[in-house]
Amino acid sequence: MLAKRIIACLDVKDGQTVKGVSFENLRYAGDPVELGKAYSEQGVDELVYLDITATNEGRKQIYSLVESVAKNLSIPFTIGGGISSVEDAENLLIYGADKISVNSAAVKNPQLVSDLAKKFGKQFVVVAIDAKEINNQWIVHTHGGKKATNLELYSWAKEMEERGAGEILFTSMNHDGHQNGFANESLAKLSEMLTIPVIASGGAGEMEHFKDVFTKGKADAALAASIFHFGKIAIPELKQYLIKEKINVRP
Amino acid sequence: MKIAIIDYKAGNIKSVEAALQRLGCQTVLTKEHDVITSADKVIFPGVGNAGAAMEALKSTGLNKIIPELKQPVLGICLGMQLMCRHSQEEDTDGLGIFDINVVKFNATNGEKIPHMGWNEIYNLKTPLYKGITDNSFMYFVHSYMVPVFEYTAAKCNYTTEFSASIAKDNFYGVQFHPEKSGTIGQLILENFIKL
Repeated sequence: MLAKRIIACLDVKDGQTVKGVSFENLRYAGDPVELGKAYSEQGVDELVYLDITATNEGRKQIYSLVESVAKNLSIPFTIGGGISSVEDAENLLIYGADKISVNSAAVKNPQLVSDLAKKFGKQFVVVAIDAKEINNQWIVHTHGGKKATNLELYSWAKEMEERGAGEILFTSMNHDGHQNGFANESLAKLSEMLTIPVIASGGAGEMEHFKDVFTKGKADAALAASIFHFGKIAIPELKQYLIKEKINVRP
Repeated sequence: MKIAIIDYKAGNIKSVEAALQRLGCQTVLTKEHDVITSADKVIFPGVGNAGAAMEALKSTGLNKIIPELKQPVLGICLGMQLMCRHSQEEDTDGLGIFDINVVKFNATNGEKIPHMGWNEIYNLKTPLYKGITDNSFMYFVHSYMVPVFEYTAAKCNYTTEFSASIAKDNFYGVQFHPEKSGTIGQLILENFIKL
């Protein structure tokens, strides 16, 4: 049976991991490759590297990072952050990225998603959507959640699927950072209306939240950052817990 | 050990190269016929669209070379599918090494397509799976699949039972990505090198 995926997200700035980490025996906690390796050895199913570098100069370092991750890791990884053209995506593919994720650029130019899917195949294209529930409506936001758009989550996700997205990474801004669980009801609705996999993001705090996101939220994958980085939840224990709870995950 | 990786601009080959290099192999990414035919082993990678990929193979004459190869050849993902007779994807004729048609997944119970993520392989045959136990998880990404037939070397189940791997004579195919399947994937590549 196809396993539910656990994904760790690493924020990268100027080629270094930014959030604190509490892995023992890790010499360079800021080294995204070493950190990715540690996660891989712990049994994480995929990694997302999110480049939050603001300067063009710093952004170039992402290529050497991608190359190094591809050389050293044997699990799939996605690169996101600041990708706004077919050329950007092609460079990342050449350096070894398995997938790229686009967010603000897709809102600005939806055709980009069609072009990326046509050129590289839909499996390469993850569309990340940050949305906030305001008066019972999920409003899509861009620029790291700073800018509200006039797009609504479900119709936007459907358009992205039709244009060739291979996966939707949905972050609930209402849940993100609160560690009170994922936006399960909305995730389930999203997952049922789409024919492509949905990655849930925002709200993981306890192991139980992962069980809920896969059962109640009908998500195909769940992504988290701080709870893994700060060691609140260890991947091997999470996997054991999910197996005990009859969730199909890779041991 | 010199391994030729067939270069026809079909997706991410960095990880395949790296995985083989970690195993101590010398790899060369090439479309040169003599380099391919003289290599110890050949990897036929591929991610993307079957129609475009076949066109790329024809434009360099590789479609004639690959079926004639005598050393062990490993087709990965789209590479495996192109070794078959025909693909439903854009009604594309393949290389015909395996007499079977590649078909699209039929999502009868609302399953998501592509089949993306880690799934179990079983009924493992051939030395490619030496030391690997049934129900090991491998990483898959695909929307089309090879049905189970006489040359199926490993099975997987998603919407239906299908070929996770095929093998005939010196030709091997894996639908999953061994280079993305952690330590078990690495072991399969190692087994291939030892063939």
